[in-house]
Amino acid sequence: MATPDAQPTEPARWRDLDMLLSRPGNLVAASFDPSPTLRDEIGSFAEVLVVGAGGLGCELLKDLALSGFKNLHVIDMDTIDVSNLNRQFLFRVQDVGKSKAQVAAKRVMERVSGVNIKPHFCRIEDKEIEFYSQFHIIVLGLDSIEARSYINSVACGFLEYDSNDNPIPETAKPMVDGGTEGFKGHARVIIPGTTPCFECNIWLFPPQVKFPLCTLAETPRTAAHCIEYAHLIKWDEVHPGKPFDADDAEHMQWIYSEALKRAELFGISGVTYSLTQGVVKNIIPAIASTNAIISAACALEAFKLFSGCSKTVSNYLTYNGLEGTHIKVTEFVRDKDCLVCGPGTLIELDTSATLSQFIKMLEEHPNLRISKASVTHEGNNLYMQSPEVLEQMTRPNLSVPMFELLKEVPCATVHATGMAENNGKKVSSLRKLRVAFKGVIGDSKMDTTESS
Amino acid sequence: MINLFKIKGQKKEEAASAAGKPPVKKQSAGELRLHKDISELNLPKTTSISFPNGKDDLMNFEIIIRPDEGYYIIFATSLSLSEFDFIFTVISRGGTFVFTFQVSPSYPHEPPKVKCKTKVYHPNIDLEGNVCLNILREDWKPVLNINTVIYGLNLLFTQPNDEDPLNHEAAVVLRDNPKMFEANVKRAMAGGYVGQHYFPRCA
Repeated sequence: MATPDAQPTEPARWRDLDMLLSRPGNLVAASFDPSPTLRDEIGSFAEVLVVGAGGLGCELLKDLALSGFKNLHVIDMDTIDVSNLNRQFLFRVQDVGKSKAQVAAKRVMERVSGVNIKPHFCRIEDKEIEFYSQFHIIVLGLDSIEARSYINSVACGFLEYDSNDNPIPETAKPMVDGGTEGFKGHARVIIPGTTPCFECNIWLFPPQVKFPLCTLAETPRTAAHCIEYAHLIKWDEVHPGKPFDADDAEHMQWIYSEALKRAELFGISGVTYSLTQGVVKNIIPAIASTNAIISAACALEAFKLFSGCSKTVSNYLTYNGLEGTHIKVTEFVRDKDCLVCGPGTLIELDTSATLSQFIKMLEEHPNLRISKASVTHEGNNLYMQSPEVLEQMTRPNLSVPMFELLKEVPCATVHATGMAENNGKKVSSLRKLRVAFKGVIGDSKMDTTESS
Repeated sequence: MINLFKIKGQKKEEAASAAGKPPVKKQSAGELRLHKDISELNLPKTTSISFPNGKDDLMNFEIIIRPDEGYYIIFATSLSLSEFDFIFTVISRGGTFVFTFQVSPSYPHEPPKVKCKTKVYHPNIDLEGNVCLNILREDWKPVLNINTVIYGLNLLFTQPNDEDPLNHEAAVVLRDNPKMFEANVKRAMAGGYVGQHYFPRCA
């Protein structure tokens, strides 16, 4: 381990970075302005958020700090477990039980002078949206589809479109999303409005393996069936009302012993504690090198994004280290009708227009032609055509002005679902709408005086 | 390629004004898809729906199924006397079965979680309320929706299945002795014991 005395002097440590930042090149971004002070400027101005302080997060914090970023934040709701220590190298045995974000931030600040890392020991959903608006780049070291979906919708929520349905570049908040699983990993660059967002390609994920409940109950054939029986059926029978906690070692041990009993009963072999963890928690053993490679790719993309010293990956990098090392970059395509990052259709309204008039407009709009529309705004169901109980509850809203229902803002995003005509057939249609109120002073980027 | 430096420069100027509206919470794509499914619900006359948390929480709701054919109905008779005849009127009434739906934010990639809240004597529903329906687990596809799940649940009552059951005893009786199965179902719905288990009245 290097001692403080052996640490390289400031300019020598940054020699490689400075080479990238102080010289022109042929693969640089159009706005790249090489200069010997560029590294200092990046350090002073860039605000980067690292989501997750685990396998990817530890590596990311180190890589970003050593790439010249000086203002970092890290958010993670987890505490350190002894099983993390083989790869989350910022943690030691005595740290078990403490907050990952807090310990990681402390350790990196000890080793890289000048860097400032603010830890947040909480869930990503617990932060106000304004919290995320301060960052220039968000780098993700997450382990679930749900969490990525959430951050994606927050980041894409900052994106605004002009009246010609073009994304306004200054409002796009880029993300670099990394993920690993055993020997495989990916790193992708998401620039809302330009590259596909996480939701655009979410349909590519294969469905999770689920066994029929009756197979588990009557005719198990594999070790996994026995484990899932203990997990999904036997637990509720023996502990009614008590929720199963996959992170509780005693609960996991109970599942393991019940699975063993069942396997013996049916003459099935192969039930082990680690298989139990894998089946119940969907865990695939993690490998330090995969995390290191993917984090390095992500940190490099973040560095290129901010400095412009080279073109970023366009836009999805996959890595497979099972046999040799294989890296490929694929250009994924945006979904122009994406509900999260797409422009939607612009609708201009007078402040006096009621919800029922709005619904009529949707029927007549040439691009929409939605009949019997149900309308929702930020989780509030303004009007539901069906079922009867909801129609009755929302009927009073029909005579209320839209301006009031949308909380009196100059423009808002609203979603409408109903039946639309497609090639002579009536199909179900779910559309994103940008509602802009005429004459209301506010966002000058939305030019409401121009009619399309 | 974004020029983040330009952004930074602009942001420093705008720091004082900060006029931009704070972006508010967005609805997840899963919630939007659920909103679409609910607004297009085509409930059969056996089924009603309620939203215990109000009109804005579509992710937790309950449905009540009152079957109108098959084993899970009760025949009631009424006798009226006229000058000429005894007149028997047969009324059929279904048992009342409550199901809770819990939809996760990853809908439609994950199926809704459905549990039966009514204790029922049924080969495909166990005593804890777990429901064995293929489209709720291994055969779920994102193209399916809440309508198809409700249709599947209704089918459970009109076509109980004795192969691959969750309630082994009930399945065996259905297969080997349908008349006894019919009697067991009626006793359970009226409130009574079948074997060692007590079923509260649900009809």
